[in-house]
Amino acid sequence: MLLQGVLIEDTFAEAFTMRVARLLITGRTPRWAREAALKLTGFATSVIGCKCEAGVERELAPGDTPDGRPGVSVLLLTMDKESLPQRLIERIGQTVLTCPTTACFDGLPDVPDRLPVGKALRAFGDGFQASKVVGDRRYWRIPVMEGEFLIEETFGMQKGVGGGNFLILAEDGDAALAAAEAAVEAMTGHPGVVLPFPGGVVRSGSKVGSKRYKKMIATTNDAFSPTLRAVTDSQLPEGVNSVLEIVLDGTDAAAIESAMRLGIRAACRPGVKAISAGNFGGKLGPHHFHLRRILNGGPPAA
Amino acid sequence: MSLAVTLRTQPTVPLEAEVLSPARLAGLSAPEVAKLPVVHGNERADLGDFFQVSGTADGEVQLTGDLARVKHIGAGMADGRVVVHGPVGMHLGAGMTGGEILVEGDAADWVGPEMVGGRIVIKGNAGHMVGSASRGSAVGVRGGEIIVFGSAGNEVGHGMRRGLIAIGGDAGDFAGVSMLAGTIVVLGSLGWRAGAGMRRGSIVTMRPVELLPTFSYACTYAPLFLRLHLLRLRRLGLPVADSHVSGRYQRWCGDAVELNRGEVLILEA
Repeated sequence: MLLQGVLIEDTFAEAFTMRVARLLITGRTPRWAREAALKLTGFATSVIGCKCEAGVERELAPGDTPDGRPGVSVLLLTMDKESLPQRLIERIGQTVLTCPTTACFDGLPDVPDRLPVGKALRAFGDGFQASKVVGDRRYWRIPVMEGEFLIEETFGMQKGVGGGNFLILAEDGDAALAAAEAAVEAMTGHPGVVLPFPGGVVRSGSKVGSKRYKKMIATTNDAFSPTLRAVTDSQLPEGVNSVLEIVLDGTDAAAIESAMRLGIRAACRPGVKAISAGNFGGKLGPHHFHLRRILNGGPPAA
Repeated sequence: MSLAVTLRTQPTVPLEAEVLSPARLAGLSAPEVAKLPVVHGNERADLGDFFQVSGTADGEVQLTGDLARVKHIGAGMADGRVVVHGPVGMHLGAGMTGGEILVEGDAADWVGPEMVGGRIVIKGNAGHMVGSASRGSAVGVRGGEIIVFGSAGNEVGHGMRRGLIAIGGDAGDFAGVSMLAGTIVVLGSLGWRAGAGMRRGSIVTMRPVELLPTFSYACTYAPLFLRLHLLRLRRLGLPVADSHVSGRYQRWCGDAVELNRGEVLILEA
C-alpha cells in the first residue's frame, strides 16, 4: 500500500492495557496552567524508567474548566491500578500544589473507580485544610503561602491504552524529523490521546530485553537502527538512513487509532520511504493497530 | 403526565399536608390522592376537602393556589419534583433527602429544616429559619441546596453542617448562627451577628458588614472554591455578577468563642 508515494508496511503496532487518569489543571493565566502541566508530565516518557507515562492532552478554554479559568488537560498512565494513585499524589503534590495560582480537578468525573488523591494531599494543610462540596463533588482547600490550593478529593481511573506507535523510515535525518514534526502537529490536541515523549517523538525505539546484558529489560531496536544495518538482522528497506517513532497513549483504542490515522497521513511526505510499526509478534499486548486497516478506515482495533 | 393539585378551599387555620410529596403520591389515582389524610388545625380531614386533584403521579406534582397556610409540603421527600405555583407555608421540604422543590412565589418560615439532600428553589422571598435546625436540635441542614432568589429572614442556616444555602437578596440577623460547616452565600447584605457561635463553614456576602468582635481579619484574596459555588449558582439562575466571581474577598475567621475555624468572606468594595 502506498500513501502519497510512501510505503505503508503490512504490519501493526502492539499496545498494552494501562490505567489512566485525566487531570484538569487551571491557572490564573494559560501560562501558569501550562507551567504546572509541563512539570507534571516531565520525566514521564515510558514506564520502563519513569514509572508512568503522561502528556498534555489539550489546552482548555475558560468555558471548559470547572472554575472558569484557562487550563490544560493531562493524561497520566501506569501499567497497574495500584501505582496510579501514588504517581498522582507524588506528581500533583510536587508540581501543581507548588505552582502559583493553579488548581487541579478530575477530568473523569463519571468513572466509578475513584482514587483518593486530594484526600491524601490535604494532609499538607496540617489540619488547617477545609473541604467544600459543590454539587456532588468534594474539594479540598489547602492553605499555602500564596493563598489556597484547591484540589478535587477523588480522581477517576479507567482502563486506557499505552504504546500505540508508528515508525517513520526516511532517507535522512532531516526528512525523518520534518515528518515526525508534521505528524505530531496533526495529532496535537486530539481528544483522549497524549504523546509522552519529547516533542512527541522517540529516536530510541527499544526491543524487549537484551542480546548481551541479562539485566537490561529494554535495549536498542537494532533491527531499525541504520548504523547497524550491516551487522544485525535489519528490517530497514534500502535507502533508509534515519528512523523516528511516534508513541501514543490514550483513554481508549478508538482515540489512538483516530490519532494514528491523522499522524501517519501527515508523516507521508517527501523524503519518507516507509511507515512501519513496533510490535512483539502480537504476543504481549492485547491491542493491535494494523496500519493499512487504520488508513483504509477498516473496523476498529481489538 | 404530572399530578395537578389545585387549592379550591382556603384553610382557615394551618393545614398540615406532608402527604404532598412525590413518594406518598406515587402510583395513586386522583381519587385516591383526594382521600389522603391531612390535619386542619387540630382536626383530621381529607386532602380532597381543600384541593382539586387531577392527573396521575409520575414523580412530579404541580401545586397551585395560595398555599401560605399549607405546611410540610415535600417533607421527607427522597426524589421526584414538586412545583408550587404560588406562596407556600412553613416547613417546606423538612428533612428531605433528595428531589427538587420549586416555589414560584414566597415561602414562609422554616424552609428545608434539617434537610439532608436535594434542592429547594424559592423564586420569591423566604421567612425566618431557612435551612435551620429545629428548636432544641444542634444540627441543621446536613446536605443539599436551598436557593432563595429574594431575601430571607433571620437565622439562615442555623446549625448547618453541610450543603449550600444561597440568598439572592438580603439575609436577616444571625445568619449562620451556630454553624458547623457548609456554605451560605448572600448576594445582598447580612444582618446583625452573622456567624455567631459558628465552628466551621463559610458565610459569604457581597456587601460590607459589621462583624462580631470575636471575628479576626486574616487577609484579602480570591478564594477559588467560591468561584465554583458562584458559577454553579449563576447556572441555576441567580444574578451572580462577574465582579462576584473574579473579585477579592476579605477573610474573617471566627467565631473565637467557639472553634474559630469558620470564615466570613466579604467582597472587597
